[in-house]
Amino acid sequence: MFKSRKSVSIAAVSVVLLAQGALAAEEQFFPITSYRVGPYGANGQSFFGGFVDYLNYVNIKEGGVNGVKLVWEECETEYNNAKGIECYERLKDKAKVSSGPIHPMSTGISYALIEKTAADKIPMAMVGYGRTDAVDGSVFPYAFPLVTTYQMQASAIVKFIKEKEKGSLAGKKIVFLYHDSAYGKEPIVALQEEAKLNKFELTVIPVAHPGNEQGAQWLQIRQEKPDYVVFWGWGVMNQTALKAAQKVGFPREKMIGSWWAGSEEDTVPAGDAAKGYMSATWNVAGKNVPLISDIEKVVYGAGKGNLQDTSKIGTILYNRGVSVAVLSVEAIRKAQEKYGKGKAMTGEQVRWAMENLNISNARLKQIGAVDLLPEIKTSCDNHEGSGQVKIQQWDGTKWVVVSNWIEGNKALIHPLFKASAKQYATEKGITPRDCSKES
Amino acid sequence: MIYREAGQFKTSYAADQQLFPIRQDRIGVLIVLAVAFLAIPAVASEYWFSAILIPFLIFSLAALGLNILTGYAGQLSLGSAAFMAVGAYAAYNFQLRIEGIPILVSFACAGLTAAGVGILFGLPSLWIKGFYLAVATLAAQFFIVWCLTKFPWFSNHSSSGVISAQKIVIFGHEFASPREKYLLVLTLVAVMALAAKNMVRSSTGRAWMAVRDMDVAAEVIGIRLMPTKLLAFAVSSFYCGVAGALYAFCYLGSVEPDGFSLDMSFRILFMIIIGGAGSILGSFLGAAFILLLPIFLDIALPRMAGLLGLPFSNATVSHIQILLFGTLIMFFLIVEPHGLARLWQIGKEKLRLWPFPH
Amino acid sequence: MQFFLEVLIGGLLSGVMYALVALGFVLIYKASGVFNFAQGAMVYLAALSVVGCMEKGAPLWLAILLAFVIMTLFGIATEKFVLRKLVNQPPIALFMATIGLAFFIEGLAPMLFGSEPRALDLGIVDEPIPAILDAWGIVISKFDLVAAGVAALLVTTLALFFQYTRIGRALRAVADDHQAALSIGIPLQHIWAIVWGIAGFVALVAGLMWGARNGVQFALTFTALKALPVLIIGGFTSVPGAIVGGLIIGASEKLAEIYLPPVMQSLFGGNFGGIEGWFPYVLALFFLLIRPEGLFGEKHIDRV
Repeated sequence: MFKSRKSVSIAAVSVVLLAQGALAAEEQFFPITSYRVGPYGANGQSFFGGFVDYLNYVNIKEGGVNGVKLVWEECETEYNNAKGIECYERLKDKAKVSSGPIHPMSTGISYALIEKTAADKIPMAMVGYGRTDAVDGSVFPYAFPLVTTYQMQASAIVKFIKEKEKGSLAGKKIVFLYHDSAYGKEPIVALQEEAKLNKFELTVIPVAHPGNEQGAQWLQIRQEKPDYVVFWGWGVMNQTALKAAQKVGFPREKMIGSWWAGSEEDTVPAGDAAKGYMSATWNVAGKNVPLISDIEKVVYGAGKGNLQDTSKIGTILYNRGVSVAVLSVEAIRKAQEKYGKGKAMTGEQVRWAMENLNISNARLKQIGAVDLLPEIKTSCDNHEGSGQVKIQQWDGTKWVVVSNWIEGNKALIHPLFKASAKQYATEKGITPRDCSKES
Repeated sequence: MIYREAGQFKTSYAADQQLFPIRQDRIGVLIVLAVAFLAIPAVASEYWFSAILIPFLIFSLAALGLNILTGYAGQLSLGSAAFMAVGAYAAYNFQLRIEGIPILVSFACAGLTAAGVGILFGLPSLWIKGFYLAVATLAAQFFIVWCLTKFPWFSNHSSSGVISAQKIVIFGHEFASPREKYLLVLTLVAVMALAAKNMVRSSTGRAWMAVRDMDVAAEVIGIRLMPTKLLAFAVSSFYCGVAGALYAFCYLGSVEPDGFSLDMSFRILFMIIIGGAGSILGSFLGAAFILLLPIFLDIALPRMAGLLGLPFSNATVSHIQILLFGTLIMFFLIVEPHGLARLWQIGKEKLRLWPFPH
Repeated sequence: MQFFLEVLIGGLLSGVMYALVALGFVLIYKASGVFNFAQGAMVYLAALSVVGCMEKGAPLWLAILLAFVIMTLFGIATEKFVLRKLVNQPPIALFMATIGLAFFIEGLAPMLFGSEPRALDLGIVDEPIPAILDAWGIVISKFDLVAAGVAALLVTTLALFFQYTRIGRALRAVADDHQAALSIGIPLQHIWAIVWGIAGFVALVAGLMWGARNGVQFALTFTALKALPVLIIGGFTSVPGAIVGGLIIGASEKLAEIYLPPVMQSLFGGNFGGIEGWFPYVLALFFLLIRPEGLFGEKHIDRV
């Protein structure tokens, strides 16, 4: 069936709206810069499928947010920075009227959009990627590295290993194997700090893009005999690493990946080599989350599903797309509480809401998303709001969660963000806001 | 009739040596410049400035640079994006490290830095040519990007390796809005394009073309190959370098080395092939075609699919887009191997005779 | 020393994988003078056809057979609809056309068979061979050895085909001199179609090996990039050159990745790993300066 890029008004929704007596339907616009083709197209399909499905779900189930219908327009970026800019500019005019947070899903694009979104007063969320020092909202009012950042994640992984090693990492050896790009390089500082604090030995080994050849790196790892490998891969690099680990006989149970190296797209193509491999994640997989099964029933039941391949429902990336959409919609809800229910929210208003998010487990339970994602409470000087991840393990067919929510060492990591944000502010001549004066 | 040079007599050397010897061309160029400088800023929307016009001009400049090297001097290069990266990072560092340096001087220095690097990677052209040279320039592509990633000094020790361009201030005026940036880019591109037009008809340009057409013959008539080829590399890289600086400062605002990928080099190469190798105008036409085609397909395809009621998902539409892009490139090469510039020339011939073609 | 050997052997074996892709380039260049940039995309198409057919229920052997048919048809169609129309164009135009072809495949293949990464199980486990590991402490993967065997078999088959079959001899005649081949009645266009068919077959073999190794996905198209320096070192026209070039590139880049960064680190400070992206190209560049025609290439290359 044909799926239009723009959400067209759905008969069911209009019926609900009419029943509620809402006349001129307000519309809340979401600019979506997505990618469904190119080297990372497979990842994008699941993620944006989940995102759009949840928006549809809110429309069908509740008739939008307090009667405000959610609409969106998608633009294909192919994970390419220049195309991302073009898409953003194309969607901007509509987003200036009313806008939910924009999710570039690409570190490169989010970097390029930081200043533009601030100038256009459109909030940008970088959930689990992007410019991490934007945690400091005083310098980056419109950028939100929500939930958790690479640095906090790396710190949480160290904490997890430490627990496994019965509370001490002294004298242990950890190898950090990473994609040689902005994405892979960011956690290094955090890991170095952790190494100092916990007295473990850290070796960093980069892999050149695209990472489909890692023979040398893994032989080096075999030589080093580390206790653990912390792994920051992306795309083909993930499967290659798992295969290469198998090739040199490194136990996959000692390999912990980032959340971009921990989806079905990463493990399935590696076959048996992936068994036992662990990764961090800030959202869980599976259809047993009430919200996910309800989306399948409601949205796909109505024939409005965004995915062609419904087997992807419940995968890590699909659930991540849903989680991100939940956060976005909750921000709209929060904004409406302050600025008027039943109205479309501008980017500026949504920005305020994103800075004052408070999604407790009680609220997540109402949505049916308890434990799908962690609790979140943001503020002006903490645009991250959580810093928690779970660790999951691949059992050969599916991801199994093997830990509770683990929070990274905030006292250690957050000052790093502050320092980096300060450097940015001086370079750019930005005077930071005074967070104590924000309400 | 409309485009006729009959009756235009040159009475002085100055008139004979004009950049555009035919009156209609002069008028045409003036009209284009007037539209670009006056009409477009008045009517274009922000989307047009930041998403289409600015990248169009910047890529035209880069394509112009590659065209000088490949189209005029006959040296195939697959590393244009890397030279743009050099320009972008150089401009950033000049701004950062030299107190109070005017931004335009930074851009010029960025171009010169790129030119220096270009000469270095142009050295193999003294031994080899054709595909072999293309592979050598690929070495430049990968090596330069790797260097920018690896030496933290280039990105001022940013933990991610991403640089964020400084503000553009000229004579105390900040160029912040897309319209102002457009005018800045347009001015630079116009000046450099006219300079290139002038250069390729000078003795330097003629030497390049001689080397391109047959290097042995060129050597026989007294053209020294080494300086000629290296100069082509230098000038080409200079253009690419300035384009890279503009790309970082006026278009994206922040760049990472990986952004200047091989893919981008290919796109620039496509531009000159589609636009027409060995033609200044072709660089602009090619850049417009390569940039606008995907945007056009992106907007038009879903509508067409909608009209015809075809069962296309978003992914399918994007796949068709890539497929069509490839098909069009092959189609162009088969139907008009000399590019859009050649079509324009044919058009001019027709206009010259119109309305009495016999 | 043991570690050095391990890296060297690992590198040589990865080199075989590069050579598999490079072979496809050589075949087409040799016969028609076209530098086929789409070879990487063809590898992708081939591997995707195999998994695509398997998903529709075909057993492995049938899927491979079907993929072979697809690749052959595709090769012939390419020759007929693209290259034949570009006869007499400069080589650069043909090269550009193959880049266009690569885009075409990259759009077409996922449309036919889906774009999500998938595993391709050939039944060979990518694990160290225990006997060797115990005896010498050196890791040698079973899979890599099989790949080396396949490459050897492929090269032998191709060599025999070129040497002893009628078509093979015709192919060599065409490669030597188009005009002369035409004048003695060898149908040039048939030959070219056959060459593209064979290149499709080689792409299929490479696709099977690479797909089984890293999963079948878009990144298979990048394999072409590693093949270019292999060609420079081995020569554009030599089948054994592709193999030797592959071995040289594989071994040297792995050794460089291990032993160069520490040296650079002591010189400049900082972390310098991840040089595999450019090292083969710089190496190829040095080869060019010494032997522009490649190790096994023919001499009549244009020199300035």
